[in-house]
Amino acid sequence: MNMELSRRQFLAATGAGVAGTALGAFGFGEIEAAHAQAIRAFKLVNTTETRNTCPYCSVACGIIMYSKGDLKKGEKAEIVHIEGDTDHPTNRGTLCPKGAALLDFVKAETRLKYPMVRKPGSDKFERVSWNDALDRIARLMKDDRDGNFVQKNNDGVTVNRWTTTGFLAASATTNETAFATYKVVRSAGMLVFDNQARV
Amino acid sequence: MTNSWTDIRNTDLVVIMGGNAAEAHPCGFKWVTEAKANRGAKLIVVDPRFTRSASVADFYAPIRQGSDIAFLLGVMNHCITNDKVQWDYVKAFTNAAFIVKDGFEYKDGLFTGYDETKRDYDKSTWNYAIGDDGYAVVDDTLTNPRCVWNLLKAHISIYTPEMVERICGTPKEKFLKVAEMISECSTPTKTMTSMYALGWTQHSKGSQNIRSMAMLQLILGNIGVRGGGMNALRGHSNIQGLTDVGLMSNLLPGYMTLPNEKEVDFDTYMSTRGFKPLRPNQMSYWQNYRKFFVSFLKSMWGPAATPENHFAYDWLPKLDVPGYDVLRAFELMNQGKMTGYICQGFNPLLAAPNRTKLTASLSKLKFLVTMDPLDTETSRFWENHGEFNDVDSSQIQTEVYQLPSTCFAEDEGSLTNSGRWLQWHWPGGTAPGEAKTDNWIMAQIYTRLRDLYRKEGGAFPDPIVNLDWSYADPGEPTAEELAKELNGKALAPVMDPTDPTKVVVEAGKLVPSFAALRDDGSTTSGCWIYSGCFNENGNNMARRDTSDPDETGAYLKWAFSWPVNRRILYNRASADLNGKAWDPSRKLIEWDGQKWSGYDVPDIAPTAKPQDVGPFIMNAEGVSRLFVVGMMRDGPFPSHYEPFESPVTNLIAPRIRGNPVARVFKGDFAQFAEPASQEFPYAATSYRLTEHFHYWTKHVWVNAVLQPEFFVEISEELAKEKGIVKGGWVRVWSKRGSIKAKAVVTKRIKPLICDGKPVHVVGIPLHWGFTGAAKKGFGPNSLTPFVGDANIETPEYKAFLVNIEPIAGPVA
Repeated sequence: MNMELSRRQFLAATGAGVAGTALGAFGFGEIEAAHAQAIRAFKLVNTTETRNTCPYCSVACGIIMYSKGDLKKGEKAEIVHIEGDTDHPTNRGTLCPKGAALLDFVKAETRLKYPMVRKPGSDKFERVSWNDALDRIARLMKDDRDGNFVQKNNDGVTVNRWTTTGFLAASATTNETAFATYKVVRSAGMLVFDNQARV
Repeated sequence: MTNSWTDIRNTDLVVIMGGNAAEAHPCGFKWVTEAKANRGAKLIVVDPRFTRSASVADFYAPIRQGSDIAFLLGVMNHCITNDKVQWDYVKAFTNAAFIVKDGFEYKDGLFTGYDETKRDYDKSTWNYAIGDDGYAVVDDTLTNPRCVWNLLKAHISIYTPEMVERICGTPKEKFLKVAEMISECSTPTKTMTSMYALGWTQHSKGSQNIRSMAMLQLILGNIGVRGGGMNALRGHSNIQGLTDVGLMSNLLPGYMTLPNEKEVDFDTYMSTRGFKPLRPNQMSYWQNYRKFFVSFLKSMWGPAATPENHFAYDWLPKLDVPGYDVLRAFELMNQGKMTGYICQGFNPLLAAPNRTKLTASLSKLKFLVTMDPLDTETSRFWENHGEFNDVDSSQIQTEVYQLPSTCFAEDEGSLTNSGRWLQWHWPGGTAPGEAKTDNWIMAQIYTRLRDLYRKEGGAFPDPIVNLDWSYADPGEPTAEELAKELNGKALAPVMDPTDPTKVVVEAGKLVPSFAALRDDGSTTSGCWIYSGCFNENGNNMARRDTSDPDETGAYLKWAFSWPVNRRILYNRASADLNGKAWDPSRKLIEWDGQKWSGYDVPDIAPTAKPQDVGPFIMNAEGVSRLFVVGMMRDGPFPSHYEPFESPVTNLIAPRIRGNPVARVFKGDFAQFAEPASQEFPYAATSYRLTEHFHYWTKHVWVNAVLQPEFFVEISEELAKEKGIVKGGWVRVWSKRGSIKAKAVVTKRIKPLICDGKPVHVVGIPLHWGFTGAAKKGFGPNSLTPFVGDANIETPEYKAFLVNIEPIAGPVA
């Protein structure tokens, strides 16, 4: 990542010292120390900055996420603050009422944490392990594909299509996820395939 | 967008119609404000409601939803009648002079070749006259009555200011004011930008709404220039990317198309994709189709795609219908013809039309899988939530898996914004619980399916077991690996076509751009238009250099813009026939006698002589199309059609209901209200609010507080007529469903007078459902009709009919 002098480094090098130095020049040496002590530490000190873009509309405003812990060092990281990226040419640091509340999206109570299954006829979700869920999904897909795959149409033309299971891609996954998804869906012969462009 | 968000600063006139950027794209709208403050640009808003964008506009004109084509063709008629045309541009850069084949005509709302039973046209006459030299015949004097210009003039002559007022409900003097402001942009030194969104796409003739404005922009000479263009403000952060990469039924990546079953083999498929130039010297860039197509197939199947098996052409599924879009998917489910459905971060129960039909359809599936960071309504469609989701769980046999995925903050990769910028982002937080990235989930499903086929065999396993999945960790490909795959690489040395001894790209290296792709299997590229995004220079999508010479707004070193880092599409058209900028103060690229250069990557071969080669290099004509050949299902020119549910009958073609070629499934027609229905007299529309994003932010505490509760918006006049009070409860119902809401009675909506009769508008915001932090509520899609645009099946959410009455509120 291209990182300029970060805001945190900049503050450490200049801002925090300015007031104290000015007071010191007037001969208030002890006050300087007391004053420095009274100032609450900048709350984003010791956080890790990560550049990202807002996931909502297509303006794609630049944002900076501040976290406790650093994923790059293999640590767990908790995002504690998100703000607009002042270097970004489009939004120049501004965010709308949605972007400004992004931290609450990351930490929403209704974020999903575990795979769940709802059995036929049931009125509740139950926890399921990833392994069991994925094995079952692959089995359901294969059984349907084996049963309904059309290799040739009535005219004997090779068509290799599968139209009884469909895939609905989203609107906010990355291009890279999109391509991985494309490969999986098309190689299986799926035609019932769409994204959220229309809505 | 043909241009970018930051380019809007260069405009003289912004027209917001079919969108509401101040509300839905606030931080992009800032560039409208910049243009107003720094250049004295003006803003026009045309909308059924006095929106947030309208509140800061220089001029606002009301319009009835679903009548945009009549309005725009009216403006075009005004420009042509008053000689407000950028003639040099129109003559050189559009197909105005092209002669249309004999037999083509327009009459009573229909073009030649209509078949009512098929709801389709025989389009054979919708074409150019071809001369003995094999090229299209042109008449540069524009005197031939069969040239595009004269046919266009005749076609739009009916759209007088009086007719616009009768159809659209826009008072004549307001329409004329808009038309005059727009027509001033016909000089080469004045430019207008069109900012539109789903207010134009979500109609049964959405594509033609957009074409109408594109044609107007061409007549004014505003395409390819700074501050101009057709700027689609996409609704979601990466819907541009998902479409670019081809995640739609009938698409391959990079706007290539999936074969249909008539294209029985590779050669037949390619035979209609030759793109022979229709005029001398033209680039007709799609002539490279085979290179992009073969490189894509090599990305899919690697060594298993060989010249002998036509690069595994047969392994691509072949379509029997134009496409299995989301509407067809739910139709098939409802008919019991589908077994499973997998939703990757999409909430169709709320986002697709006619919720009753959706619930019935999902209930007929054997299995449903959802992947989402949030607890969506779709994943809980089987759960009873009282009147907000009134289902009997015990009667629904669908097995449902709800898989937790990471959100943007925990994931890495690129998103493509509206302006085609691919911007890389990095993860900053640990995902909650057991949530996993989409790459992991897709890879886990794939490898399991592949292993089952390896072990058990089954129906045609070849394309699955041979899929190129050579990632360092097959269980979770990295974003970087996939980005390189999208870019493409050389499998064997790529030689210079003009000097066969010179190697352009060494084997194993990433290709610099799509110019290095070949059709012999020696290169790969997952999505040709993205080629250049991650090459041997590194990850160009992660670039963060904010330099912008002379402040043109191009930001060439920030991220990567497709294609080949070009910021303004068709930028060759910013210069005249001699290659000099139309407007010296808005120079973009110019011809120096040898080559093109300037502030942007030229959208033309760098040494293509300006007098010889036209700017619209993707078209076989080299020019843009006021008359479109073959591509639009509903006509080479736009024509006014009413929505399927309209408060009035079609004034210019009374016998035609809706768009005559839009696909309507059996059963859905019976669920449309009659035109000018007494039972459903009010014209409803749906929209967003600035405090919310689609169905996501109702899960976000701050936004749920800002806009906690579902409401509908009506005029003071309608409120009075129906005895509805401000803040009181109402029931709103269509032929498909019924909802309850609080009423916002507002001056922002006024009744429109259409052909002498008042039309009342009912505004219905989306954003509410039965999961999340906000109050439970309904949305417009319990009411909306199950019909889409004739060309691309975008549902007609923006214009439908309802009735409304006051009701007693729920007991607190």
